[in-house]
Amino acid sequence: MRSRARTLTVAAGLLALGLVPAAAALANEPFYLDLFRRIMIFAIAAVSLDLILGFGGMVSFGHAAYLGIGAYAVAIPAFYGIHSGLVQWPLAIALSALAALAIGAVSLRTSGMSFIMITLAFAQMLYYLGISINAWGADDGMRLARRSQFGGVLDLTNAYVFYYVVFGLLVAILALGHRLVHARFGMVIRAAKSNEPRMRAIGFSPFRYKLTAFVIAGAVGGLAGALLTNQTEYLTPSYMHWTRSGDIMVMVILGGMGTLYGPVLGAVAFMLLEDILSAWTVHWQVVLGPMLVLVVLYARRGLYGLLPGGAARDV
Amino acid sequence: MNWLLVVEQCLNGLQFGVMLFLMAAGLTLVFGIMNLVNLAHGSLYMVGAYLATAALSWTSSFLAAAVFALAGTLLVGMLVEVIALRTLYERDHLDQVLATFGLILFFNEAVAIVWGRAALFTTVPRALAGHVELLPGIRYPAYRAVIILVGLAVALLLYVLVNHTRLGMLIRAGASNRTMVAALGVNIRLLYTVVFGFGAALAALGGLMAGPIYTVLPGMGEEILIQVFVVIVIGGIGSIRGALAGAVIVGMVDTLGRAFLKPMLSTVIGPSAADNAGPALASMLIYILMAAVLAFRPQGLFPAVRG
Amino acid sequence: MSEPLLVVRALTKRFGGLVATDGVDLDVAEAETLAIIGPNGAGKTTLIGQLSGDLVPDAGTIRFAGQDVTALAAPARSQRGLARSFQITSVFREFTALDNVALAVQAHAGHSFRFWTPARAEQALREPALAALEQVGLGPRADVVAGTLAHGEQRQLEIAMALATRPRLLLLDEPVAGMGADESQRMVRLLRSLRGRHTIVLVEHDMDVVFALADRISVMVNGRVIASGAPEAIRANAEVRRAYLGEEILA
Repeated sequence: MRSRARTLTVAAGLLALGLVPAAAALANEPFYLDLFRRIMIFAIAAVSLDLILGFGGMVSFGHAAYLGIGAYAVAIPAFYGIHSGLVQWPLAIALSALAALAIGAVSLRTSGMSFIMITLAFAQMLYYLGISINAWGADDGMRLARRSQFGGVLDLTNAYVFYYVVFGLLVAILALGHRLVHARFGMVIRAAKSNEPRMRAIGFSPFRYKLTAFVIAGAVGGLAGALLTNQTEYLTPSYMHWTRSGDIMVMVILGGMGTLYGPVLGAVAFMLLEDILSAWTVHWQVVLGPMLVLVVLYARRGLYGLLPGGAARDV
Repeated sequence: MNWLLVVEQCLNGLQFGVMLFLMAAGLTLVFGIMNLVNLAHGSLYMVGAYLATAALSWTSSFLAAAVFALAGTLLVGMLVEVIALRTLYERDHLDQVLATFGLILFFNEAVAIVWGRAALFTTVPRALAGHVELLPGIRYPAYRAVIILVGLAVALLLYVLVNHTRLGMLIRAGASNRTMVAALGVNIRLLYTVVFGFGAALAALGGLMAGPIYTVLPGMGEEILIQVFVVIVIGGIGSIRGALAGAVIVGMVDTLGRAFLKPMLSTVIGPSAADNAGPALASMLIYILMAAVLAFRPQGLFPAVRG
Repeated sequence: MSEPLLVVRALTKRFGGLVATDGVDLDVAEAETLAIIGPNGAGKTTLIGQLSGDLVPDAGTIRFAGQDVTALAAPARSQRGLARSFQITSVFREFTALDNVALAVQAHAGHSFRFWTPARAEQALREPALAALEQVGLGPRADVVAGTLAHGEQRQLEIAMALATRPRLLLLDEPVAGMGADESQRMVRLLRSLRGRHTIVLVEHDMDVVFALADRISVMVNGRVIASGAPEAIRANAEVRRAYLGEEILA
């Protein structure tokens, strides 16, 4: 049951994102190109978290760990002279997927509070691991030697090319995500969130599907991490800090969880808010904190629910 | 092998474990009885540390500072419970996580506004600045020894409270079957407030004792909080006994690991490799332990029996 | 095979000091309808839980279709042909009735590691689902969100979901619970239509329903089966009457 209003809203939003470079050039404000590219990278991370959080009901508070792994998978090879994106990016995806498999296999045996605490703990473990490795900058981090190279076909040092690479990946992930949540796999994940005992009664063993979703989310998170380190041209273990996980989770909720497109909106809103507030005061988080509490208590449907077509029941 | 060093590190492990227990006891009760994921528990610890540090700089009396910190944190805790947490009891875990995450951001920044982001330093009170001779030849910092004693006293107090008082019976019943307790007509709201207050006081105690030996800076609460999560997962949610067992285990494993893993590794893989691998592995030890416990006993070592 | 479809021997389950199921023996022949009755607290729900695979027995065995299933969890038992409905309605409330039943079909239609084709477009899932809905009388309500269905319709939906898994044995936990007279009659008619085609084990309090459907009745009191036999024999059994002392339902 998809509404035409929703299709138009999503298309309009994506079109707007696609036109940002042109608008930024016209207004002679290259900063906005950079900002929106960063926003889209986090949107990819948020969409991947929405798969397991919004659709699957798995409150994973350690998602930033996969961004970190993806970032390391790009920056470490670069440190040793391997700059090909065709090596780094698949490595980022594979390593994050592997980490998600290991973490998920252990964590998904629990649920509720335990699951939240455990995913948080494992993510923090990776953060501490990152800090303690002196060779790669320890807790200060290190510069990315060079942006990922794609043999002259894509030049990521060109701001516009890089923008559209990220844009293209975001659109692709949204499209694939859309198919996934409506396919058999997606139905299992969503039904397991709705009523897991029922699932078992009709003959499903949800664990293997939840673990798969967890791995997929981790893998896409790894891709976001690879993009992030290219964006900032820096690697720091703080990409994996648990507050980063909290930020991504906020983007999902603020935008509208379980809607796939909502998290994109959430990323835009959150990071623009961050940008505006931090220009106002360096202590902007003292405002953001209570705002968050209020949003959670009173506006749980998220921003997406306010848009035309956004309130319709199904994705 | 320097046995004196081993003994000292074991005592440090016990001391860290006791600090973890103070945090874990309150948190596991809140988890078990109120079904509330309270990420802001670490913030109470931090507030306790900051209030104690501030009071110490005004009065130079550690005792006065301790009382001030306890009272002040309890007040802050009660305010938070009434304003924000009460509405969260009926909400799902995700809402609780997000709302208390918002509280963390607020507290960390509020503390930075008042005291800045740089670490604050307090000194150990003069009366406890020396060493005590525990056994012939074994000297240990008096302050840390006192922490261990205080922690064990609290553990004993909690044991008596939980097992031999009416309140304790309600707590055990609530951890075992929350709905039943409410159905029996017990004033649930009051029980919740009392339990939460306990937790806040214990966190404050941990925080104010931590000031002189750990760094006091924004975010200090979350560092220890995540380790407290590991304690609770290993010990079992809702169980004080589990919190104590888990805390001592985690405290020992972490401390001994950090002290001895690198030297032990360097005999196997060489000093330069151990230089990196040692600290890295040591920082991961308690999480690996948690994973192992989860693999074999997902409900923890001493789970509160669920009715 | 001459072995009954469901054979339960010495099934025991304890909760702390309470023995909820105390050495229960049951035989259910193929195509038979067995009703299990008993006062509240007799252990019927615990028994159902152990038969469905949601509770692990402390002792005893359960054999289904000639194989020992005691150690199997609920999903595996469903895959073997054992379907259940719940005492307290348990459906996927956010999904339509059709989606609910299609999920039950999907669980038995191969694996679900399919990421591209929309499940709602799969005829292999839709057709059996619609058929099951028709069979229980919910055909016209296929596109209604399950959470908005009337209570009686939701219980019909549970039956449809059970049927969609092509079961050999239906485990029904108080199918008419909370239903008014009309809805109950509809449900009884539906269950009568299933008699003989499916083996049914039915837990019920409503004696009219029990006598309308059961080939045999087993009576449970305090975790034990105190009597088992044809409905008329049970009706006349003195011990059973004593167990229901003060209630007029067997009169």
